[in-house]
Amino acid sequence: MLCRIEVGLKPHLTDTVGNRVARKIGSELGLPVASVRVIKVFTVDGLTEAQIDTVIERAALHDPVLHRAATRPLAADFDWALEVGYRPGVTDNEARTARETLAIVLGLTRAEAGEMSVYTANQYLLSGRLSEKDVVHIGRDLLANELIQHFEYRSRAQGADFPARAAKVVARALTEIRRIDLAGMSDEELIAFSRENTLALSLGELHVIRGYYADPQVRAAREAAGIGALPTDAEVEALAQTWSEHCKHKIFNAEIDYEDTETGRRQTIDSLFATCIAGSTRRIRELKGADDLCLSVFKDNAGVFRFDEEHAACIKVETHNSPSALDPYGGALTGIVGVNRDPMGTGLGANLICNTDVFCFASPFFDGELPPRLLHPRRVLEGVREGVEHGGNKSGIPTVNGSLVFDPRYLGKPLVYCGTIGLLPTTVAGRKSWDKAVNPGDAIVMAGGRIGKDGIHGATFSSEELHEGSPATAVQIGDPITQRKMYDFLMRARDLGLYNAITDNGAGGLSSSVGEMASFSGGCDLDLACAPLKYPGLTPWEILLSEAQERMTLAVGQDRLAEFTALAEEMDVEVSVLGTFTDSGRFAVRYGDTPVALLDMDFLHEGLPQMHLTASWKKPEQPEIQVPPVDDQAALLTRMLGRLNICSKEYIVRQYDHEVQGGSAVKPMVGALRDGPSDGGVLRPVLGSTRGLAVAHGICPKFSDFDTYWMMACAIDEAVRNVVAVGADPDLLVGVDNFCWCDPVQSEKTPDGRYKLAQLVRANLALAHFCTAYGVPCISGKDSMKNDYTGGGTKISIPPTVLFSVTGIVPDVSNCVTSDFKRPGDSIYILGQTRDELGGSELADELGLAGGSAPQVEALAAHRRYKTLHQAMRRGLVTAAHDLSDGGLAVAAAEMCIGGRLGAELDLAAAPFRPAAMDVSALLYSESASRLLVSVGPGERSAFEELFRGQDCALLGRVTAGPDLVLTFGGEPVLRAPVADLARAFKATLDW
Amino acid sequence: MPLVKVLVITGYGTNCDRESAHAARQVGADEVSVVFFSDLVAGRVRLTEANFLIFPGGFLDGDDLGAAQAAALRWKYARTKAGEPIFDELKAFFNAGGLILGICNGFQLLVKLGLLPAAGGAYFERQVSLSNNDSGRFEDRWVWLKANPESPCVFTKGIDTLYLPVRHGEGKLVAGDEAGLARLVADNHVALQYVHPETGRPTQDYPYNPNGSPLGIAGLSDPTGRILGLMPHPEAFNHPTNHPAWTRGESAPLGVTLIENGVRYLRGD
Repeated sequence: MLCRIEVGLKPHLTDTVGNRVARKIGSELGLPVASVRVIKVFTVDGLTEAQIDTVIERAALHDPVLHRAATRPLAADFDWALEVGYRPGVTDNEARTARETLAIVLGLTRAEAGEMSVYTANQYLLSGRLSEKDVVHIGRDLLANELIQHFEYRSRAQGADFPARAAKVVARALTEIRRIDLAGMSDEELIAFSRENTLALSLGELHVIRGYYADPQVRAAREAAGIGALPTDAEVEALAQTWSEHCKHKIFNAEIDYEDTETGRRQTIDSLFATCIAGSTRRIRELKGADDLCLSVFKDNAGVFRFDEEHAACIKVETHNSPSALDPYGGALTGIVGVNRDPMGTGLGANLICNTDVFCFASPFFDGELPPRLLHPRRVLEGVREGVEHGGNKSGIPTVNGSLVFDPRYLGKPLVYCGTIGLLPTTVAGRKSWDKAVNPGDAIVMAGGRIGKDGIHGATFSSEELHEGSPATAVQIGDPITQRKMYDFLMRARDLGLYNAITDNGAGGLSSSVGEMASFSGGCDLDLACAPLKYPGLTPWEILLSEAQERMTLAVGQDRLAEFTALAEEMDVEVSVLGTFTDSGRFAVRYGDTPVALLDMDFLHEGLPQMHLTASWKKPEQPEIQVPPVDDQAALLTRMLGRLNICSKEYIVRQYDHEVQGGSAVKPMVGALRDGPSDGGVLRPVLGSTRGLAVAHGICPKFSDFDTYWMMACAIDEAVRNVVAVGADPDLLVGVDNFCWCDPVQSEKTPDGRYKLAQLVRANLALAHFCTAYGVPCISGKDSMKNDYTGGGTKISIPPTVLFSVTGIVPDVSNCVTSDFKRPGDSIYILGQTRDELGGSELADELGLAGGSAPQVEALAAHRRYKTLHQAMRRGLVTAAHDLSDGGLAVAAAEMCIGGRLGAELDLAAAPFRPAAMDVSALLYSESASRLLVSVGPGERSAFEELFRGQDCALLGRVTAGPDLVLTFGGEPVLRAPVADLARAFKATLDW
Repeated sequence: MPLVKVLVITGYGTNCDRESAHAARQVGADEVSVVFFSDLVAGRVRLTEANFLIFPGGFLDGDDLGAAQAAALRWKYARTKAGEPIFDELKAFFNAGGLILGICNGFQLLVKLGLLPAAGGAYFERQVSLSNNDSGRFEDRWVWLKANPESPCVFTKGIDTLYLPVRHGEGKLVAGDEAGLARLVADNHVALQYVHPETGRPTQDYPYNPNGSPLGIAGLSDPTGRILGLMPHPEAFNHPTNHPAWTRGESAPLGVTLIENGVRYLRGD
């Protein structure tokens, strides 16, 4: 029978969750709600009345100390009852746990449990003077995302007697295979076919596919296999996803004619990836020789490098932008648990040791008109924050580093970067851990979650711009616990040597994971009828392409298969054998005995024609800017500290577990009151050792409108500077590049494509130059090229954005340094030269000044500076170090004072700067690259100065016990501000 | 001298097993194994082989029905392959004089299993619960703690104050009623309390009391002193550089001292 079980807090207890919802209704929607109480609703199908009674009596779904549970409505004293439940087929983690729990409590067999279903909903009892319209507003714009959830509501007069309703997927098994007559379609029909099916294939690509099927040899082979001459739906879908921008990086691999109209120089670049990224990494590795850290680059799910004698580390950073735009919570949750599977599927599988997250949003205080389908940035921020909180915390992986970047253009598409670092024992069951091997005859095994319609077309969807009709099935909700169980099992199976290779199911699902692994053995025979489904109603191509989460694909030797599956069953992890890897040269897929797809491996992986694109660079004109006189520098500094890109992110940081696994050495918040910002995170991944791993990043989209060459240079410089500032050895660093671009392909939709592509070229040229100069090889990376929005007659393109992540080795964490001032009397030095570079700066934005010059980077001087600083840290000469970035010198000094809750007296005239006539506000807020502020103990000054002799290093002043930050210029007062006031301003903006 | 054999129980979402096992080794336990719940079901490991159980932190079953609720029911109703209730093993373990330490999610599990506080000696009866923080948020921050010298707790013997991280969203103690709360105090079930760093006294002030727990209660002991549950994470302070202000020269006794006290107790020191 279908039955509702309602669970509510006992009346005398405070409803914390309800209170929080009430606050949000007030602060985010401005509606007058007096109170909110929450009732959890479990709709159970398939149990007898007696069993339901047992469920309540044994308190299976409630805590008798806290709750009441009943099969009748609990609601009382409300003005409106609003109930939010999931739509059919959407992942409902709580319902999964409830179902498992009921099965245990009732002692059901697996078959009996299979007959039972549970669905959850939240009932919000709202009290206050709310109209029906208000209630709908609350439902639609705060409590439910109608893409994945539905809501219903009742007034007090109607009563809260909601009917029991099962969010069940009603469908029957489908085995239909469609055949597509590409040969019979005109070019217009081909284009329409691609668009209507979210294939994101170009006309040229469709022609190549059509040509493949016309090949007499292919026709003969297809006839022999009984699959027919026409392409099947599964084949077209598999080709579309394998060849998608998301998977094949067509733009990064394109041949580009690049013209620089400034210099008149033209060049042809045969793949930005091969030349600038992989090419620079190769050169750096050669130059490093025996000191090269890299073990496996650009070929696995994550790049692998040496950590110590017994361990290798690996890193991957992904973006999950489009799904996060549609459903911020689910999108971000899936983003973080998804990137976790990259290290988990690298080599023979890595232990996951930390996460990093960087988010780019429009202002949460946006008060304009929202274009259709876009969510308010505050809702996006909160959803993403919570998604990553659940994904990271529940997986037991510390979030050690991150940041938030705000720009109005991220309204069109928020950027959600999620990164994970893993650790591999150097040797696993007698094998080198970072190598994969798939032998013909190995079983294809899928482990973890089941397959549903969720996430179909994720890869192709993210290869298109976001539009009003973007498909809802691209949205998914991750399940960190199912994944954790799978991870526990896999790490055990790894150490027992039970499998030969592993990879994750991400974009493209089985089609991609099996397709990639099959390239090791030379083919596969995959039977989709063996794949476990969440519900019936998926056609074979959907099973092949589904991006349902929490799944890994493995190659298991037939001799270990029984042991592998027995351990999985014991550890409550579902695994299914889906066929065998072969050396047939064919990607062969069937559903039982019916052939579904038959593609030559070579065509699938190598058949994609190279794109040819043109790029044309013309430097944008930027007027010179003049900073108007500033009457009150203290007031300006206070305002600057409250700016979104500068202010404290403690609200978010504290909700992320940053020290699980026990190795935290430098935390995101530092200082006397633990509220100063840290430049990077440091952890000890091996608890018995003091060797550390530092993690930091650089991201400077604000300079992209000036020149993406310098944007990229600044991002790399910032990332390196940050890890060195906390103690990493500049000779032991590796990098990861993540490009998020707006569509750079010239077309009617994108009339400025040549310029945007030139921006991409320039960023890549800078990447090659600066990675080489700093000796930082990129070992992994990713690009997301269609970050545009069109709707309601507007187009929004994000600013070209690169997240450059750096991780590096800290030889001994006891030498780490944090940014907070430590002791009165310490001397304060500035390292590096300040120039009149206010273009794109926080000050320019604060004062509404457009134009100016963006910062440039002098790599040789900067690299030498970082190496010298590291030496000084190793010798224990430095008590605090902080990089100068957003808000420049003034903000960095203020943050160091806030961290230490100490004052400082600095005379700016002593700083190295150019030109000599620089305005004092420019000196305070210029964002020139490669600069740091450091403090040095009284006894260490001469040793420190000796080390930096001949470099840009100047003594500016000292740390004081006094309450104020005092800045002068040649003795003339510039600013005096109480540190307590600065701290308040720094913390106020996002304190909600 | 008896050997100290530690089992660190994991699986189904527990995630602090690695550092908890490290902490036990670091303080000199003789044998330390990380054991999955499934190992108990398979009968591969028996709880009674050990004399020290650690239930580490994590998110058992995602905390989906409330922290550790689903796991508590699994412990209560699951049977080994051979058909024996696992709960009986747990009872036998405790009756044989073993020590049990529950940290964060592990503490929530012990409370929901009724192993804590076991006021009046009523074991395996749920008397209190741990519920949402007053802030309504999960938070990671360090807190100052004071041990109750009157508590029978063997883990806090000789400890005056501690400084440890909390990382939870459901750490507020809810006793059934005022009398229940009074009894926790009167019978010295209260083993650890959040204190204000300036006064050193138990506090309700946020963030020093991070969750609004009444009387600043952070940890509970059973009547024998052999079971301790606490919300803060002692295993996460296993090295001086874990301290959030070690670069400022600040220090505090390592959190693993709590586990060391357990080891000493079993050795008869």
